[in-house]
Amino acid sequence: MMQKVLAWIDVRFPLTKVWEEHLAKYYAPRNFNFWYYFGSLALLVLVIQIITGIVLAMHYKPDARLAFASVEYIMRDVPWGWLMRYLHSTGASAFFVVVYLHMFRGLLYGSHRNPRELIWIIGMLIFIALMAESFMGYLLPWGNMSYWGAQVIISLFDAIPLIGPTLAEWIRGDFVVSDATLNRFFSLHVAAVPLALVGLVYVHIVALHKVGSNNPDGIDIKKHKGADGVPLDGIPFHPYYTVKDMVGVTVFLMLFAAVIFFAPEMGGWFLEHDNFVPANILQTPPEIKPLWYFTPYYSILRANTVNFLWIPAKLWGVFFMGLSLVLFFFLPWLDRSPVKSIRYRGWIFKTALTVFAISFVTLGYVGTKPPEGLYKTLAQVCTVLYFAFFFLMPWYTRIDKIKPVPDRVT
Amino acid sequence: MKSVFLLFILALIPTSVLATEASGIKLEPVQIDVNDRASLQRGARLFVNYCLSCHSAAYMRYNRMGQDLGISNEMVEQNLMFAADKVGELMTVSMPAKDAKKWFGTPPPDLTVISRARGPQWIYNYLRSFYREEKWPGRWNNAVFPNVAMPHVLYGLQGTQRAVFETREDGTKVIAKFEMQQPGTMDKAEYDAAVRDLTNFLVYLGEPAKLVRYHLGLYVLAFLVIFFVFVYLLKKEYWKDVH
Repeated sequence: MMQKVLAWIDVRFPLTKVWEEHLAKYYAPRNFNFWYYFGSLALLVLVIQIITGIVLAMHYKPDARLAFASVEYIMRDVPWGWLMRYLHSTGASAFFVVVYLHMFRGLLYGSHRNPRELIWIIGMLIFIALMAESFMGYLLPWGNMSYWGAQVIISLFDAIPLIGPTLAEWIRGDFVVSDATLNRFFSLHVAAVPLALVGLVYVHIVALHKVGSNNPDGIDIKKHKGADGVPLDGIPFHPYYTVKDMVGVTVFLMLFAAVIFFAPEMGGWFLEHDNFVPANILQTPPEIKPLWYFTPYYSILRANTVNFLWIPAKLWGVFFMGLSLVLFFFLPWLDRSPVKSIRYRGWIFKTALTVFAISFVTLGYVGTKPPEGLYKTLAQVCTVLYFAFFFLMPWYTRIDKIKPVPDRVT
Repeated sequence: MKSVFLLFILALIPTSVLATEASGIKLEPVQIDVNDRASLQRGARLFVNYCLSCHSAAYMRYNRMGQDLGISNEMVEQNLMFAADKVGELMTVSMPAKDAKKWFGTPPPDLTVISRARGPQWIYNYLRSFYREEKWPGRWNNAVFPNVAMPHVLYGLQGTQRAVFETREDGTKVIAKFEMQQPGTMDKAEYDAAVRDLTNFLVYLGEPAKLVRYHLGLYVLAFLVIFFVFVYLLKKEYWKDVH
């Protein structure tokens, strides 16, 4: 009976073909390690965000007079509303945790290199869409930090010559962040950007399955195929990686649940204290700072304090902040090393990557502090190191000593 | 352009500037326990009697509070509800915001989620740190929140205290300690306990889900631990033929 149903479907829709191409006969390298959990986890978090987001949108009111109260209504009067909200607010931070680790995996093993440049570029577009999504979602609770955070970030567009002020006004729909801004951010947050995200994730996976997965050795498993045409070092994604990813998912859910049930505010890192004060146009919070996942870029923005070449410091800040993201798109071509994986690279790249990772985390940390004294110096030093990682890459990856790459995965 | 610059400047003002103003009084820790139902009930009584006449808790309903604190609807109506007709209503305040602004200079903020904005320790110490302002006779000031518009509503309980200042080495004048001028109906220990109850209640009020989420979290984690064992064994079984 099942066979008949399946045959009936297969004539009309390539169900078996899709199943085999993408799961049962998609051959992934057998040597995936810890770093390879975060792709599937990012997909899991996306699903969590979509489902909890749909529930929240049923009760939330995108109206400046009602928004703050409707969030508290969800927290109190909606059955399980508090759980949906904490899943969603913690999910936002979790999304960035797994995506940052997923991206770092790419840097470690050269997953962005030929022939996977497009996967990397699509992935960067996903990352930018994710930033837009979380930025707009953060306005919705209409707390005072939501409000002033949006005010500061949108005002950055003011710095763009000629069109800046008009552009900022167009984004807000008003001269300041207001009801009009809230309403459009709601629309973008629940419809436009999620559609883009889902579409981009789809093409990210399509592109991945076209060329096949990279692996910690950074070598091509398709070079050695058995008589049946199956890569000798490949194993079917399903069931091997589906069961393995389930282990990763369970561990992730434990950490996720621990935050949701025991520390949903995460000491003010996931839900900021000042955001429990309703938005007030007349009263700025003592310190305006973005949520933790934006603070590295915020630090880069603030690190520029010198007017240079008739261009004001603020415009330089905006420029470098933009550049710090744009440079990621060029990584596949900036890297000139003949090997992909860090395992077979020399000490120069290893040092460069470590310094970059430390700078990134430091920038994130100082982004939560007032930009003065040691923090300001640290932000400036780390900004230079951040950019040095990219700009010097063509040079240091070429001169770096490499180790011989094995023929088969280890 | 200028507005952004202004925002940056505002962002530069560190919280410490505001904190040092708060005098030499150290914030004392407070023991919060939302499972202490008797304490929450005592806190609720203080809250509706002393706070709710000026401050609202407009995101919370009376009957929800009753359910969570183990107080029947009739009891809530008779003892805790002064400004509403029905027990299902929100804990709003009858004082119009316009009048409040005229009387106090600023409308009293809603207190539903104040504990999440300020933190329990701040609230506990704030409510214990009112003192008679000697420069302006008949006015109150507060060591934790200098020049606060709010008068000391609980002075009948705590009594009236005055601040004793000392001058630091760098020349700043700070509050060294308080001195009781006229005792209230409670002694220090009783008042501290009452304020702790009130703080405890405000913590509950800020997040009623706190009453269930710890408990539920343990079940969820226990399930995940057991689930992990099975998934791990499943993975091992499948991967036997790979290694």
